[in-house]
Amino acid sequence: MATIRSAQPQTHALPLTVLIGASAGGVEALNRILPQLPADYPAAVVVVLHQPSEGPSLLVEVFSPRVRLLTKEADEKEPLVAGVIYFAPPGYHLLIETDGTLALSVDDPVLFCRPAIDVLFDSAAQALGSKAIGVVLTGANEDGAAGLARVQQAGGSAVVQDPADALVATMPEAALAAVPTAQILTATAIGQWLATLQPGGRHGAQ
Amino acid sequence: MYPAAELDIELKLLVDAIYLKYNYDFRNYSPASMKRRVLHALTQLEVATVSQLQDQILHKPDRFLDLLQYLTIPVSEMFRDPSYFRAIREQVVPILRTWPSFKIWIAGCSTGEEVYSMAILLKEENLLERAIIYATDINPHSLERAEAGIFALDSMKLFTSNYQKAGGKSSFSDYYTAGYGSALFDKSLKRNITFADHSLATDSVFSEMHFISCRNVLIYFNRPLQNRAFGLFHNSLVHRGFMGLGSKETVQFSDYAQNFEPFEARERIYRKV
Repeated sequence: MATIRSAQPQTHALPLTVLIGASAGGVEALNRILPQLPADYPAAVVVVLHQPSEGPSLLVEVFSPRVRLLTKEADEKEPLVAGVIYFAPPGYHLLIETDGTLALSVDDPVLFCRPAIDVLFDSAAQALGSKAIGVVLTGANEDGAAGLARVQQAGGSAVVQDPADALVATMPEAALAAVPTAQILTATAIGQWLATLQPGGRHGAQ
Repeated sequence: MYPAAELDIELKLLVDAIYLKYNYDFRNYSPASMKRRVLHALTQLEVATVSQLQDQILHKPDRFLDLLQYLTIPVSEMFRDPSYFRAIREQVVPILRTWPSFKIWIAGCSTGEEVYSMAILLKEENLLERAIIYATDINPHSLERAEAGIFALDSMKLFTSNYQKAGGKSSFSDYYTAGYGSALFDKSLKRNITFADHSLATDSVFSEMHFISCRNVLIYFNRPLQNRAFGLFHNSLVHRGFMGLGSKETVQFSDYAQNFEPFEARERIYRKV
């Protein structure tokens, strides 16, 4: 059969990106993960944590003294940069554009959540392909499950907190139902594994 | 999953078709949100591919109106971000009061939640009679709903809570009549409101304004379109006029950074320099 030419997606310039979704019990789980990441971290880290949409988020204040990376609330149109932890602002969905910049939206909540993990993961799957590492942690609803499946379908890695290790098992269980081949690790082990990521190196299930 | 490479191509063709046929310009909208909205529309309108949707909207204007409902600014809340309205009441109103009459523009008003919030605030400050409010949007259905002033009754709990946090001086229920699951807002609130079709992407200045509120609209625009909107606002505002943005929006990285100064920085209220 004759082969035809095809345009290739341009993802080479984008950083490896760790996407973390968490809900009930998420601050404690993140506290077992984020402080383990080394200062010269080769990946960008983007976190969606469900929280009340009112008032400023305290996540940057909570985590910046405990981690070795720069932490900030995501701003619209800023480029993803390796070694930075971005938190979704309360009340906004956070998305990743195909050019590797961040985007915000106030479109309707998904599964009653805004920010929603699925929205971040869907956009990351499209934009980053194999450069996305999706992580679903503790939580009391099913947000993140469909998005994690898309991350994996697009060639990215899928990691789920061991439901037995999660404060609330609903969210990791839903993620595992959607992505049965995801790596299952405790939050502490997720932190250890993420800490060993190599720039451009092969990641994924061991 | 919808194939990503084809989707990007189809999306570009769709927004070009919409622009060429209907002069609605989504070409400079942020792609990630547009993509989500179009995929959501495909599901809701039961169309298999974006190309098929393009075919339908080109040949059936009613179908385009259906699609438009999914592409435009989503429904908001009354007194969303109560601290923003509190800052208007406490910081901006004393200066508005110094003008014998003034004009306010709510750009991208969607179904009108912010318009009525502003009218209620001005009424409580005894300024509603001196104000002309322009409420604009590109979606004719949204404008109709805004003009009707009818909102879901089950939203009133949230709106009341926002209103109180925003420094409301009365009882929020004084402003509406409840019935059949709806809240109909007091018609006197909209006596000085003009609802009109206006696009920040394709239309120009239409009046001289003292205060422009445009919140959570610019996050959907790319930089060139944001610059166009800021240019419109700058050209519309009177000397020392005000501009209020959404809590994650800023003029700082635009071509107009030097033309505005922060007035109430935390609430993203700026003043024309």
